[in-house]
Amino acid sequence: MFRFLLRRVALIVPTFVGVTLLSFLLIHLVPGDPIEVRFGERGIAPERLAMLRHEAGLDRPLWQQFLAYEGQVATGDLGKSVVTHESVWTEFTTLFPATIELSVCAIIFAIVVGLPLGVIAAVRRGTAFDYGLMGLSVTGASMPIFWWGLMMILVFSVALGWTPVSGRIADQFYVVPWSGFLLIDAWFSDDDGAVRSALSHLILPTIVLGTIPLATIARMTRSSMLEVLGEDYIRTARAKGLSGVRVVVVHALRNALIPVVTVIGLQVGTLLGGAILTETIFSWPGVGHWLIESIQRRDYPVLQGGTLLVATLVMLVNLGVDLTYGFLNPRIRR
Amino acid sequence: MSATTAPVPGAAERLWRGFSENRGAVVGLAVMLVLIVVAVLADVVAPHSPIEQFRQNFLTPPSWQDGGTSQFLLGTDDVGRDILARLIYGARLSLVIGLSVVVLSLSLGTVLGLIAAFAGGTVDVAIMRFMDILLVFPSLLLAIVIVAILGPSLSNAMIAVAVVTLPNYTRLVRASALSELSRDYVTATRSAGASTMRLMFDTVLPNCAAPLIVQASLGFSSAILDAAALGFLGLGAQPPTPEWGTMLAGALQYYQRAWWVLTFPGVAILVTVLAFNLFGDGLRDALDPKLKR
Repeated sequence: MFRFLLRRVALIVPTFVGVTLLSFLLIHLVPGDPIEVRFGERGIAPERLAMLRHEAGLDRPLWQQFLAYEGQVATGDLGKSVVTHESVWTEFTTLFPATIELSVCAIIFAIVVGLPLGVIAAVRRGTAFDYGLMGLSVTGASMPIFWWGLMMILVFSVALGWTPVSGRIADQFYVVPWSGFLLIDAWFSDDDGAVRSALSHLILPTIVLGTIPLATIARMTRSSMLEVLGEDYIRTARAKGLSGVRVVVVHALRNALIPVVTVIGLQVGTLLGGAILTETIFSWPGVGHWLIESIQRRDYPVLQGGTLLVATLVMLVNLGVDLTYGFLNPRIRR
Repeated sequence: MSATTAPVPGAAERLWRGFSENRGAVVGLAVMLVLIVVAVLADVVAPHSPIEQFRQNFLTPPSWQDGGTSQFLLGTDDVGRDILARLIYGARLSLVIGLSVVVLSLSLGTVLGLIAAFAGGTVDVAIMRFMDILLVFPSLLLAIVIVAILGPSLSNAMIAVAVVTLPNYTRLVRASALSELSRDYVTATRSAGASTMRLMFDTVLPNCAAPLIVQASLGFSSAILDAAALGFLGLGAQPPTPEWGTMLAGALQYYQRAWWVLTFPGVAILVTVLAFNLFGDGLRDALDPKLKR
């Protein structure tokens, strides 16, 4: 087990270096000199430009610059936003809880709804319910979620007026930002209105971001359950006279869950990609919204640092899923 | 992953029999055919030009609603362009996007995958590590970054989406090529003196075709979806191009009082992506029953 762990962790290192190389190249491939761009329309004298370029190390060979960048990243220095002059790391950590809050709610929604639906479809294989659910599932997986979100706003916010259109909480509430997770902070503020407001802001983005994972989980649960339900030990359990529910939930579901858990782990990338679109539509003040704004403002240090952080995160979560899987299933450890 | 689509007599017929068992797949195929016909005949079917502005008709509702006219079946947008005409020309664009992206990433991925499988050693490791690095980025984020470098335009968006989907093809080709390489027929062809190129493309590749075809048909739908997302974010096709995602971005300011501007382009994306996904699923089941889920 220890060797397996060591090997997996060691494999991360070259991938991480590759990821930093890509994000390093990003800022060097973008057209325009970063110093000149900073001065914009005002322009800059050639001597001063040369001096600033020298100070920033931009006149050194590319590989030296990369090594310097690598050193910076290793010490957690991801540069500063050209627009706000705030460090990229600070901005990221301030906004990231909003993205986590949304993503966690979305994946919980997808699991809570998708898992039981998949199980029921498998048990009632070939019925109208099964066909209907599988039809919905392939539709959900094909959904352009940026449009889906806007349609939800059109129906539930504009036409019915049930939910707010954007943001995380109504303006009249002030909640002390303690954990950064608004739902938790509002809960401890003892203001019922704040909790309700936070919830009502969260519900549509959660559904929108959870749609594709929901479709994937329902489909995967169904096929995995179908496989397990055909096994001999299920027939044995039934023959022993156990109730249908017990056989399905206790005997079958437990084994059917292994591939489903993997699929859930793999949704992290989907969620963070989807968060970019969902946050843009609902003006959700998270990392995805921030990245899109950075492009519009040509704030390349933010785009570079943010991309690097998101990729690192996905990498670490994948590693975690890998290790958990190896822990659960000794055959994978090799 | 065994591939057994050698052109034995009746193979096509068996394929169709397997495929047509799946009703969803047949519906998907039918919708695809309609889309292709509409896209090819866009100049004939479209009631108007996609960029002509009817200045008397800003935000005209669809014909069945109050204030709608039969001149504009699905209504007009904020500068008086016919939505139906734009959707029809958008179908042409979407199919071109899907096709270009799939051709680009499929051909590049096939070559890289074959090289990795045949060369082995450091070349293999280098190619596959690079693919792993690409896979670490959420696909939409990577596409956004690439477009940020190249500048927003439809062709750059297509390049970005192709790069993002490249690892899927490379991994698939490498895995199936490796499993074929250990077979006797490959050894036989090799000992008969066939060149590496011949072995790669003539002997091994045809036997990796089945999973590739499936991946390509599913890749078509994700290419259309991703390109539309980029268009929606303002990073893909630029106005007044009648690309569906770009149309949605243009609708953002008006959708609260003109539902049709928002609804129809999204339905078009959904229906197209759904059709290709259904078709791809059916194809997978028909080509390789073992993969049936």
